[in-house]
Amino acid sequence: METSTQDTQKAIKGGEFLIRETAASEIFIPEEWSEEQKMIAQTCNDFLDQEVFPHLDEIDSMKNPDIMPGLMDKAGALGLLGTSVPEQYGGFGMNFNTTMLVAEVTGAGHSFAVALNAHTGIGTLPILYYANEEQKQKYLPKLATGEWKAAYCLTEPDSGSDANSGKTKAELSSDGKHYTINGQKMWITNGGFADIFIVFAKIEDDKNLTAFIVEKGFGGITMNEEEKKMGIKGSSTRQVFFNDCKVPVENMLSERENGFKIAVNILNVGRIKLGASAIGACKKVISTAVNYAGERKQFGTSISDFGAIKYKIAEMTTRNFASESASYRAGQNIDDAYDALLASGMDAPKARLKSLEEFAIECAILKVHGSEVLDYVVDEGVQIYGGMGFSAEGPMDRAYRDARINRIFEGTNEINRMLCIDMLLKRAMKGHLDLMTPAMAVQQELMSIPDFGAADEEGIFVKEKKALNNLKKAGLMAAGAAVQKFMQKLGEEQEILTNLADMLIEGYIAESCLLRVEKLIAQKGEANCQVEIDMAKVYLHRAVEIAGSAGKEAIMSFAEGDELRLMLMGLKRFTKMEPFNIKDARRRIADHVIAKNEYPF
Amino acid sequence: MKILVCITHVPDTTSRISFTDNDTKFDTNGVQFIIGPYDDYALARAVELKEANGATLTVLNVGLADAEPTIRKALAIGADDAIRVNAEPSDSLFVANQIAHYAKEGGYDLILMGRESIDFNGGVVHGMVGEILGLPSISPVMTLELDGNTAQLSREIEGGKEQIEVDLPFVAGCQEPIAEWKIPNMRGIMTARTKPLNVVEPVGDETGATLVNFEMPPAKGAVKMIDADNVGELVDLLKNEAKVL
Ligand SMILES: Cc1cc2nc3c(=O)[nH]c(=O)nc-3n(C[C@H](O)[C@H](O)[C@H](O)COP(=O)(O)OP(=O)(O)OC[C@H]3O[C@@H](n4cnc5c(N)ncnc54)[C@H](O)[C@@H]3O)c2cc1C
Repeated sequence: METSTQDTQKAIKGGEFLIRETAASEIFIPEEWSEEQKMIAQTCNDFLDQEVFPHLDEIDSMKNPDIMPGLMDKAGALGLLGTSVPEQYGGFGMNFNTTMLVAEVTGAGHSFAVALNAHTGIGTLPILYYANEEQKQKYLPKLATGEWKAAYCLTEPDSGSDANSGKTKAELSSDGKHYTINGQKMWITNGGFADIFIVFAKIEDDKNLTAFIVEKGFGGITMNEEEKKMGIKGSSTRQVFFNDCKVPVENMLSERENGFKIAVNILNVGRIKLGASAIGACKKVISTAVNYAGERKQFGTSISDFGAIKYKIAEMTTRNFASESASYRAGQNIDDAYDALLASGMDAPKARLKSLEEFAIECAILKVHGSEVLDYVVDEGVQIYGGMGFSAEGPMDRAYRDARINRIFEGTNEINRMLCIDMLLKRAMKGHLDLMTPAMAVQQELMSIPDFGAADEEGIFVKEKKALNNLKKAGLMAAGAAVQKFMQKLGEEQEILTNLADMLIEGYIAESCLLRVEKLIAQKGEANCQVEIDMAKVYLHRAVEIAGSAGKEAIMSFAEGDELRLMLMGLKRFTKMEPFNIKDARRRIADHVIAKNEYPF
Repeated sequence: MKILVCITHVPDTTSRISFTDNDTKFDTNGVQFIIGPYDDYALARAVELKEANGATLTVLNVGLADAEPTIRKALAIGADDAIRVNAEPSDSLFVANQIAHYAKEGGYDLILMGRESIDFNGGVVHGMVGEILGLPSISPVMTLELDGNTAQLSREIEGGKEQIEVDLPFVAGCQEPIAEWKIPNMRGIMTARTKPLNVVEPVGDETGATLVNFEMPPAKGAVKMIDADNVGELVDLLKNEAKVL
């Protein structure tokens, strides 16, 4: 439990949460936003209220092709496109967590959010992080204001999740002055109006992609009609064809064959920000649904008086609160790592990249969790609205359809689940993270007499922390045994990897939620945090249940005989939770949200 | 040219209102505060005038330290500096006296504010300030154009519109559509903290009135819907149940 100051000062490593106990005081919580950050969030809110929400139907109808670029221009005038761009290139050089906040609030903006994120994220960041000085001078100021709009061309018809397999070619001209790009890209967000395309292509028979900054004006770029989509109908999504598109050699981004690395690293940012956007979308749906539940009367009373509806409101709120806790915890970790790298003499873009790479596991976790919480929230949003939820004229229809894409782009959730575990094991293998010692300790513990301690220890969250610690042990046990069993072949056992990923994800999110509430209690006193305490417990309960069931599936999938029995017993021990009245806890959470008539945290 | 915009720090329009201390104090717990919406129009027009005429723009608030985030928002929207008169804005005359004092000291050409605050909705401060300073005061001003030292104003009056020409300096209580609310942009927000926010002490303590207590309107009773064809039932209910006939 105790964390020495020495521990606290040690830089936190990505993925380390699994084996290191974090003190509540170490994490950033959203209740600590500064006045300035709140003002920035308010500007984003005001922008959506004024420019986006009144026009959602018009935006989605795609009848006016100028409406989305027009919105981007207006967002640019407010500075919303330049939050990550340093001041020397016409932006505002905000820290990472503030840009996460911008992503969160604008995340409620449906198709507009997608266009905005594609421009500021995958469109702008490759240049910000990888371009040389001339390229930055040339492109960043115009991207920061929105004068030029950007798209990112990685996916191809035959190259989706397997992104490095693209067939688009870049051929050097005989005079060595330009590359000629030929190929077809698919699903390109902002394709319809972009001026700048980040294009990934292969030079000759290279194994890896190379990235290029391509201006629309270079010529040789044509497009199919807008894709007809299930949701985010107002965001431009095109197939883009490159036919002898001539790109000056100085427009290569970074080095030859560094493209795949760029793609992967840029996706790290995209993922964690997608998680943040999902939080904003959730908040809006929860507020809308709670308001409806209060107004809608059946059997002579508001439907929000019914326990079944309260259950939904409590779960929607709790899962989002937990996701939010983890998002900004990771965001701050990234900022801290950046500051430390900068202080050690690294240049800014490199430090940005390295800090994000360090927390790539958390980025993947937050992408998966955020998008799945959002899908849960919109699903229950529809349900709370009943028949009106199914009406194409009610607000839940759009929310439901628009949410779905988030589990697909920026790396599907399947890919991200595999990545979490893959990255974790690679770090262990390279000696960056010592998973071995704690995994061995868990094995030892399995053989020994169960520890019945902590039951009578006093203090806030003593039992919950023990449960959380045990959850991590369950993960280490299952992962350790799976690695021993399959060694290098574990990659082929995707079902098991998925189980392990679920344990990892739930452990991280539940811990973040618990730590946030613990820190809040330290700031405001226990009496003022009753609802938050309920949420931390309800979430932890869910996390332990998921981990228990995932762990069981994983173990059953490879262990046999005594080993199986021992591990199942261990799992049972590690996923035991002190009972509490979860129904009453959920009712208290729901009642609080209902009284506020909006998402109140 | 020097423009002064007076802003109030008021509860958001959607706040739930309740009282404490034997119904003598507004309960600010959990309440979000904003720039008074009418003041926000005045501020928006002032920012436009500043940009068009190269004026300097000062915002003034009579209020305690908790009003500073609201004041900094006005700086983020485009004011150059701010004055906070460090006192509870307890009463219109008291507030008007403060504004008049510091407005005189600063020698402003234009003194703008909202037509009324949205907390107590007195709607008299601009008139009082004009009176104290011996300046014309006009409200509610819906358009304001400057032409050198003269301004063209318009207001809606009972059954029509009024055009007014007035020489600077003057006091105006503003309302829409004088300008559209401005959303503070990122640059504004980031420079707000570098702009001066001067805290000054109040002058005098003259008040016109003392607050005794607040009362909530009675809760709305249940509603009975009666079919339009059923006039008899309506009359009956009004007579025998509501007892108003
Ligand atoms: C609206 C929209 C906007 C987009 N915007 C952009 C953009 O701006 N730029 C861009 O470059 N791309 C963009 N994309 C593409 C997007 O990133 C891809 O659709 C996504 O990466 C998945 O690729 P795919 O569609 O080819 O699916 P596939 O790769 O064919 O995947 C199909 C299914 O198989 C699973 N699968 C695939 N490989 C594995 C594996 N190894 N193990 C387990 N499961 C696997 C997937 O998880 C998925 O469930 C966009 C897509 C959409 C729909």
